[in-house]
Amino acid sequence: MKSFTKVTGIAAPMDRANVDTDLIIPKQFLKSIKRSGFGPNLFDGLRYLDEGQPDQDNSKRPLNPDFPLNSPRYQGAQILLARKNFGCGSSREHAPWALDDYGFRCVIAPSFADIFYNNCFKNGLLPVVLTEDQVDQLFREMYKAEGYQLTVDLEQQSVTTPGGDTFHFEVDDFRKHCLLQGLDDIGLTLQDANAIEGYEAQRRKSAPWLFV
Amino acid sequence: MAGKTLYDKLWDAHLVKQRNDGSALLYIDRHILHEVTSPQAFEGLRLAGRKPWRVEANIATPDHNVPTTTVERQAGVAGIADPVSKIQVQTLDDNCDEFGIQEFKINDVRQGIVHVVGPETGACLPGMTIVCGDSHTATNGALGALAHGIGTSEVEHVLATQCLVTKKMKNMLVKVDGKLPVGVTPKDVVLAIIGKIGTAGGTGHAIEFAGEVFRDMSMEGRMTVCNMAIEAGARAGMVAVDEKTIEYVKGRTFAPTGELWDAAVTQWRELHSDSDAQFDTVVEMRGEDIQPQVSWGTSPEMVVPVNGSVPDPESESDPTRRESIKSALAYMDLKAGQAITDIPVDVVFIGSCTNSRIEDIREAAKVVKGRTRAESVKRAMVVPGSGAVKAQAEAEGLHKVFLDAGIEWREPGCSMCLAMNADKLEPGERCASTSNRNFEGRQGYGGRTHLVSPAMAAAAAVTGRFVDVRELV
Repeated sequence: MKSFTKVTGIAAPMDRANVDTDLIIPKQFLKSIKRSGFGPNLFDGLRYLDEGQPDQDNSKRPLNPDFPLNSPRYQGAQILLARKNFGCGSSREHAPWALDDYGFRCVIAPSFADIFYNNCFKNGLLPVVLTEDQVDQLFREMYKAEGYQLTVDLEQQSVTTPGGDTFHFEVDDFRKHCLLQGLDDIGLTLQDANAIEGYEAQRRKSAPWLFV
Repeated sequence: MAGKTLYDKLWDAHLVKQRNDGSALLYIDRHILHEVTSPQAFEGLRLAGRKPWRVEANIATPDHNVPTTTVERQAGVAGIADPVSKIQVQTLDDNCDEFGIQEFKINDVRQGIVHVVGPETGACLPGMTIVCGDSHTATNGALGALAHGIGTSEVEHVLATQCLVTKKMKNMLVKVDGKLPVGVTPKDVVLAIIGKIGTAGGTGHAIEFAGEVFRDMSMEGRMTVCNMAIEAGARAGMVAVDEKTIEYVKGRTFAPTGELWDAAVTQWRELHSDSDAQFDTVVEMRGEDIQPQVSWGTSPEMVVPVNGSVPDPESESDPTRRESIKSALAYMDLKAGQAITDIPVDVVFIGSCTNSRIEDIREAAKVVKGRTRAESVKRAMVVPGSGAVKAQAEAEGLHKVFLDAGIEWREPGCSMCLAMNADKLEPGERCASTSNRNFEGRQGYGGRTHLVSPAMAAAAAVTGRFVDVRELV
């Protein structure tokens, strides 16, 4: 897995609450059996003026001029500023795949939906929870200053603004550790194969109907 | 020491290892796979040269992409018109064959929506941990199980290790006591709960639904409620085991029999929260207060009783919420203050993992019987949740009730809940839907979804607008 240590990059807005995974990557793109190539269809319904289809040449599609990611000032953005309950809805990991494929490394919001939050860590994408007031401040500053950049440091668990404000964020130790190192979850779990086998042996005795 | 909640008991029984870094290895009894969220996981296994840890713990069926017209279904996978969908369903078949996983293929009578098939075959049982790459896996919590959705990386992880790396959630109790008014269904109950606590109300929690209303509710009704725990923000929803649970499970294909059955039932009877269990969050409602619900917006929390009206954004003080309401009204083409019963519908969809079981079909048929589809309703369809539901409904003659009324009777699958197959709304079409999400474009690009119960959807089909179904029965 891709690691995440520290990123300094342009911040772009997704300025609405309850952004669901259907909005992040609409279902027609879920028919792919690959885990890459979703970036051009990130926020497809908002980003383009027509209905997108899989395997289409997206460069020929009409762009929605009012959608921030289409604006020159947010090109190359690596940090997405979002509102509360970002990523609600389905468990589709295509949502973090699409954000990652587009070039985002980090999403900052006041809260995230559980499954989306979890899925991000499996893909080198860091979801950062700040308070509503802090997120409000970042939105205000970003709208004011073109080329607005933030620094997100996972080791320090901090977000730093161009003005020098530093906000601390919380992250679980095990998630932080895996993301900093880019560790393969499965390899790590298989180090505990004996514990899993031991559990199964005991469970076969106590609940044998689960093993028929 | 305080007693344990149902969730605490399920967690403790499956804890393989608590790690020093705060994470835990949780054992998974049942893993269900479908075609959309599994191909990349199987590919990951192949690339790493790994095999499933316990292949018999897995069960698969295609549901999201399968066509639901009889014509398209007849030729099996080869008959799927959309080439991209066809590859995805074929890939599931190939992967299950390669790794030796039991799959109910497209025209197997046991095929259906994963969350309908799991309980009805007995593949999902009380006391189990159950995961699937699908957020509506919580449906199985109705059995007194810990069930929730996972992402594709976790699908691969469960295949390879039979465990999840996870962290214990908090406990939430949603207690609804009293009696439901006549004509108010489990769907109305869960929509009312989501309307009250919001789509992030249960974030970080496992919800236990308890109280008289859920005790009185059928098993299928409990599945409808647990199904939408995720729309309340909670990955898992569950209901304690009682006699109804045990009766429901008895005799199902994969349920234990003989001595194993007796031993299982003895343990299952312990699957309830202790009387002195502590919950981190408690929400209480009264059954008498719940009315038939209709969603008006683009989030499941945007819901009102059928006799209510579309809210006015100007009376909302929170600016983010005000903007959400405005944007939802624009997308839904509704006006503040408009009566819900004045909203006409173009399409009616009865189906999805929320509401496609036999009781749902019966409820809808009861309303439709002796009536016909309103002329203004362009299309109405009933999509049973599985081959078994379809066969049962046909044995009861319910399909004829729909067909006689000019309502289509389809083959099982997810269908227009998320429109990955050909069943979708056209831009601007307004749908009364028994599904679970009214997100923008969910049922088709530019489509407008109103979430309702099967009875309310049936009432909309025969009247052409939202009506209080109690006026019809």
